[in-house]
Amino acid sequence: MIRAVSLRHLGAWAIACAVGLAAFQAEARTFRFANQGDALSVDPHMHNEAVLLSLTGNVYEALTGRGRKFEITPELATDWKQTAPTVWRFNLRKNVKFHDGSPFTADDVIFSFERAKGEGSDVRVYVAAIREIRKVDANAIDIVTTEPFTILPQTVSRWYIMSKKWCEKNGAMRPVDVRKGTENYASTRASGTGPFKLESRQPGVKTVFVPNPEWWGKAEHNITEAIFTPIANDATRVAALISGEMDMVDPVPLQDVPRIRSNPDLQVKQSPEMRTIFLGMDQKRDELLFSNVKGKNPFKDKRVRQAVYQAIDIEAIRTRIMRGVSTPAGIMVAPSVEGFVPELNKRLPFDAEGARRLLSEAGYPSGFEVGMNCPNDRYVNDGEICQAVASMLAKVGIKVNLVAEPKTQFFPKVLSRNVSFYLAGWTPASQDAHNALFALMSTPGEGAQGQFNGGAYSNPKVDDLTRRIGAENDPAKRTNMIAEAFRIHQDDIGHIPLHQQPITWGLRKSVEMVQIPDNFQYLRWVTVK
Amino acid sequence: MAAFVLRRLVQAALVMAAVGLIAFALFRFVGDPVVFMLGQDATPAERAAMSAQLGLDQPFHVQYGRFVARAVQGDFGLSLRQLRPVSTLFAERLPATLELSLAAALFAVAVGIPMGVYTALKPRSWLSQAFLVVSLIGVSLPTFLIGILLILVFAVQLGWLPSFGRGDVVMLGGWSTGLLTVSGLKALILPSITLGLFQMTLIMRLTRSEMLEVLRADHIRFARARGLPDRLVHFRHALRNTLVPVITVAGLQLGSIVAFAIITETVFQWPGMGLLFIQSVMFADVPVMGAYLCLIALLFVIINLVVDLLYYAVDPRLRLDGAAAH
Repeated sequence: MIRAVSLRHLGAWAIACAVGLAAFQAEARTFRFANQGDALSVDPHMHNEAVLLSLTGNVYEALTGRGRKFEITPELATDWKQTAPTVWRFNLRKNVKFHDGSPFTADDVIFSFERAKGEGSDVRVYVAAIREIRKVDANAIDIVTTEPFTILPQTVSRWYIMSKKWCEKNGAMRPVDVRKGTENYASTRASGTGPFKLESRQPGVKTVFVPNPEWWGKAEHNITEAIFTPIANDATRVAALISGEMDMVDPVPLQDVPRIRSNPDLQVKQSPEMRTIFLGMDQKRDELLFSNVKGKNPFKDKRVRQAVYQAIDIEAIRTRIMRGVSTPAGIMVAPSVEGFVPELNKRLPFDAEGARRLLSEAGYPSGFEVGMNCPNDRYVNDGEICQAVASMLAKVGIKVNLVAEPKTQFFPKVLSRNVSFYLAGWTPASQDAHNALFALMSTPGEGAQGQFNGGAYSNPKVDDLTRRIGAENDPAKRTNMIAEAFRIHQDDIGHIPLHQQPITWGLRKSVEMVQIPDNFQYLRWVTVK
Repeated sequence: MAAFVLRRLVQAALVMAAVGLIAFALFRFVGDPVVFMLGQDATPAERAAMSAQLGLDQPFHVQYGRFVARAVQGDFGLSLRQLRPVSTLFAERLPATLELSLAAALFAVAVGIPMGVYTALKPRSWLSQAFLVVSLIGVSLPTFLIGILLILVFAVQLGWLPSFGRGDVVMLGGWSTGLLTVSGLKALILPSITLGLFQMTLIMRLTRSEMLEVLRADHIRFARARGLPDRLVHFRHALRNTLVPVITVAGLQLGSIVAFAIITETVFQWPGMGLLFIQSVMFADVPVMGAYLCLIALLFVIINLVVDLLYYAVDPRLRLDGAAAH
């Protein structure tokens, strides 16, 4: 009797199992996505680079995260508040486990702080404001900053937390040690707390993610596996999307957008990126390095800078070169950056006649010659933009000798300020305007101050405001000071902002995915029909 | 014989040293990797420190000397881009490139020789004319365009073959092979045609002209006069004599197939050495570039050495020269 019942149970269980398995198989959804490059590592502290942080952001989590609308959301911290001007209390999420099974505690946060701050780390910028982290108990910490720091919750959102135990066990205490010449265990393996686990990784070939069934949150995706492949060649990447081998590719070259739009199975998703593309001019040297004007520097005269500004037809760049999808910019940061000043985001009008007049007034009635440096493999259509700028300036009498070159040759020149006139782009790594003020618009000084200010624009008022913004604890006052600094820089025409380039994804129509301004590709919001 | 080989080996070492020296002299112009290694918020002092640590601030002959000193011990250093040992990266990538190159060479020989023979035997048939036109296309179209056209037709329009990658691979010890899976074999087709097309046309044209030459030779005429059937004359007497130079050229071309795989690998995202090299150039990853160029030089040197040794075995005059010198 008992045996019969148990057998019947067993049969029912087997059938249930089979049905469950069949249902599971029917729902097996693989999401295949491609980017033009691979992450150089999966160690989240090794490079401060978008693809790496975006990919590892599926496996690792930070104290705070970003929501679908780019808002700050709780992640490994459930809540936080400022308990003193330089102290923030973060309450940590309980009952969270890393993928290797070790529990997540305050010790892991402190360990990750030391690791991110230490040698070989490239994400120091995210923890630079932190002086120390004090453990309150296993699930609470106090973060002490060197100065009052109101934007701490934003800045820590890209600083991922690693397991102390896992790193110790596998000898991955440091992101890398170039002198020892040894490989770091965590550069091809990962154990985070995130919604996806790293199933396998062949660098440069294939990276496979599977959902983490023990994730603390509620899954908003419906995929059972995600495969990431880098495809460097634009034509091949687009072909892989059209042929159905890919569900999502990033980026789609602007000239291929109409072709993808015309395909009934495909869609294009575009939005402005956080990066602002701008022109810089040497305003420090008494004589430009690359110009036929000897004995003086024309860019020291604001009228010349304004003439260059107004000679540029930004609409022509937007419609012809950027195929109508760039967002012209009036200030040096994008609308998605914390501290953006909407009322200043207006450009001086395009006015070639006025530009010629300004040049005459400045003493260059027949213009002058200047050398321009430009990367040709860094930003969307960067080389073409520079060619267009050169031809627009030629119309007002400024002859531009353009040097368009690979980024590995271009950036050292900007950093050493051996340029007269150049095009570059900037995304504030902290997603906050202060970073742009500090790195791009401050007088080059100690440490990283003004180091990407390739033309050495300098205004003591901007420097002073930047210093004070860094230590201001009152959000309203801070916003006002940021606006003031941007207004001064705009009046000075310290740089010439051009536009925000678009993020351009190609997707199957059956795929839904959230696009946020830093172009992170979160699997947690992917649904495949 | 031993003296000959020794002399050749010394020459080979000199060639590789020269390639390395020229490469390092050129690396000064590829830019500075430190900016990308450290990210945009590093300070100038941190960059300078990293540059000094890596020895990138040294003049090129010092960098080159250090590279050689370590390379002779089998240590190629750490890739600046991936921060993983160069030897590991090469071990991961080499199987892909070798499989692709061999498949391309096989395709070039297996298709090129029969086509050459056919065009020589039936010069007036329309098929011969068609082959010659195809070979003209193969010679004149750049590799990347052929690759993209093949992707367009066979991956996008027809959907028969994958447009990128290597498919599924199986690990045999440390060797990853795509030859044992269906998807791996399918993925091999388009890249090997792309890579082998130029060599195929070369081999076809060479076979054709050699064959035409041989068919006019006396021994063929005598063979015909003896009343041997055409099949025997063509394939036993003519083709055999044709193949000697063809095989020499095909062997020498193997080196350039491996070297030219760079473009094919970029188009098809084939995870081989060429793709690694291109990515390294874009990052100014000096250790990888140096090691790659030396490896390719080594390959050419070995192939030439083998060919020289074969000549030595075949051609008695070389041996006589050696004897006369003693």
